[in-house]
Amino acid sequence: MGLILLSPFDLALASVLVLLLAAMSWWLHLGVERRVLIAAARSTVQLLLVGLVLKVLFEQTHPGLVALMALFMLAVAGFEALQRQKRRFRGPWGYGIGSFSIFVSSFGVLALALTVIIRVEPWYQPQYLIPLLGMLLGNAMSGVAIALDGLTRGAWDARGPIEARLLAGATWEQAIESIRREALRSGLIPIVNAMATAGLVNLPGMMTGQILAGSPPMEAAKYQLLIMFLISAGTGLGSVLAVWLGSRRLFDERERLRLDSDHVRRNYLDEVAAFRETYQRECFQSGIDYVPLDTSMPFDKALLEYLLSRRARC
Amino acid sequence: MAGLRLESLRPRVLAAVTLELGAGELILISGPSGSGKSLLLRAIADLDPHEGEVWLDDEPRSAMAAHRWRRRVGLLPAESFWWDDRVGPHFPKVAGDPSPFRGLLGDLGFEPDVIGWSVSRLSTGERQRLALARLLAQQPEALLLDEATANLDPANRDRVESVVKAYRREQAAATLWVSHDPAQRERLTAHGGGRQLAIRDGRLEPEGGGGSWA
Repeated sequence: MGLILLSPFDLALASVLVLLLAAMSWWLHLGVERRVLIAAARSTVQLLLVGLVLKVLFEQTHPGLVALMALFMLAVAGFEALQRQKRRFRGPWGYGIGSFSIFVSSFGVLALALTVIIRVEPWYQPQYLIPLLGMLLGNAMSGVAIALDGLTRGAWDARGPIEARLLAGATWEQAIESIRREALRSGLIPIVNAMATAGLVNLPGMMTGQILAGSPPMEAAKYQLLIMFLISAGTGLGSVLAVWLGSRRLFDERERLRLDSDHVRRNYLDEVAAFRETYQRECFQSGIDYVPLDTSMPFDKALLEYLLSRRARC
Repeated sequence: MAGLRLESLRPRVLAAVTLELGAGELILISGPSGSGKSLLLRAIADLDPHEGEVWLDDEPRSAMAAHRWRRRVGLLPAESFWWDDRVGPHFPKVAGDPSPFRGLLGDLGFEPDVIGWSVSRLSTGERQRLALARLLAQQPEALLLDEATANLDPANRDRVESVVKAYRREQAAATLWVSHDPAQRERLTAHGGGRQLAIRDGRLEPEGGGGSWA
């Protein structure tokens, strides 16, 4: 049972299904047709590009090129982890804490897998390294993003109780303890759930791929198990590290809770903008003129200007 | 037991504050809202970044771990926060005593079983009194009180005033008390019981301008 090669025509046939999906969205006024098409186009371009890059990489097996690719993947993962957080750490810390945690956990587990468990020769052989790293990075990224988001959000919501604990003489670690635990738990739950249901509902992606490529199912299952264990270890390690670094960063050297005032400002501006937008929309719908004013403008002058402009319109 | 000395303390919005409280001395602070009264107390407790030094007797704050400092110089914020569902876990553990702080809680108008109550059931006034109880239970050597009686009826206000007075006497704890109530400030500082200071234009000055303090 060999690999059946897909022709461009086969893919085009499959893509008609996505076009149908977009058409259905348009038909039913779901409003997601644009997003469906853009996402489909993005994945086409991205996957074909990755295919090309990997083809070159596999032919060369050059450690420098492999390192470059790995670095690029890490940079994107760090950025994505940052994007998924609602309340971020200010400045380089926002990117640094997530990326560093993802880096240490993914690359650490990867090195262990390549040299001790699978024993690839040479260890940087891209055919093993890149797919393994991709899966480790992707999962560590999700775990780290969820855990950091839970941590900063939790600390923000509980800033009163946290300061109350500090005032009661607690150390910063005691004051953040329960939030830290909660954040870590939420970061680990997805991967634990994935392990618990693996194979019952859907076959994990990698196992599916191997079976389609003609591997014996038992071999595919063994590889999938290996990957599952590696991924959970990597995600767990990354989440623990991110939460530890992040919670340390939430307090300064005098154990004072440090929530960036940037957030306060940004949240305020966001809320004001949303509020104004609602008004503008509702005024428009009810046929009421909406004229935004600055508080520095005297009211009589503003009113006069408005009346003049209205007369000009009539 | 301990005096408190502020040395060029600069909380946000306030000019540098230098102030000395003897052991057991009481100072009442007033000022318009937003003038920085609460920020001053937060700065002394080291909750916000700021410049300056505070001494507890002859021990500088900077030479002490922040959590140790906050245990010794106790701040009662205007709004109390609770980190557990029950009242009990907010009090320090006392080995071998099933109902410690019975006397303290009684003086503030509570039965000992309040320890088992759920925090969400407490009224604003009960929270305020329990927050004071929880603060005094950790035996601070100096007290910083921010509107400690703002939500209380006269009977409970009197309870709080006498509990603080007794604690201050017994422990000789220097006490800074922010209060917006002029009658309370007069009552507490009458007969040489304490001094009054006011914040005006970002400065801490003697109340009425004619006070005698150096």
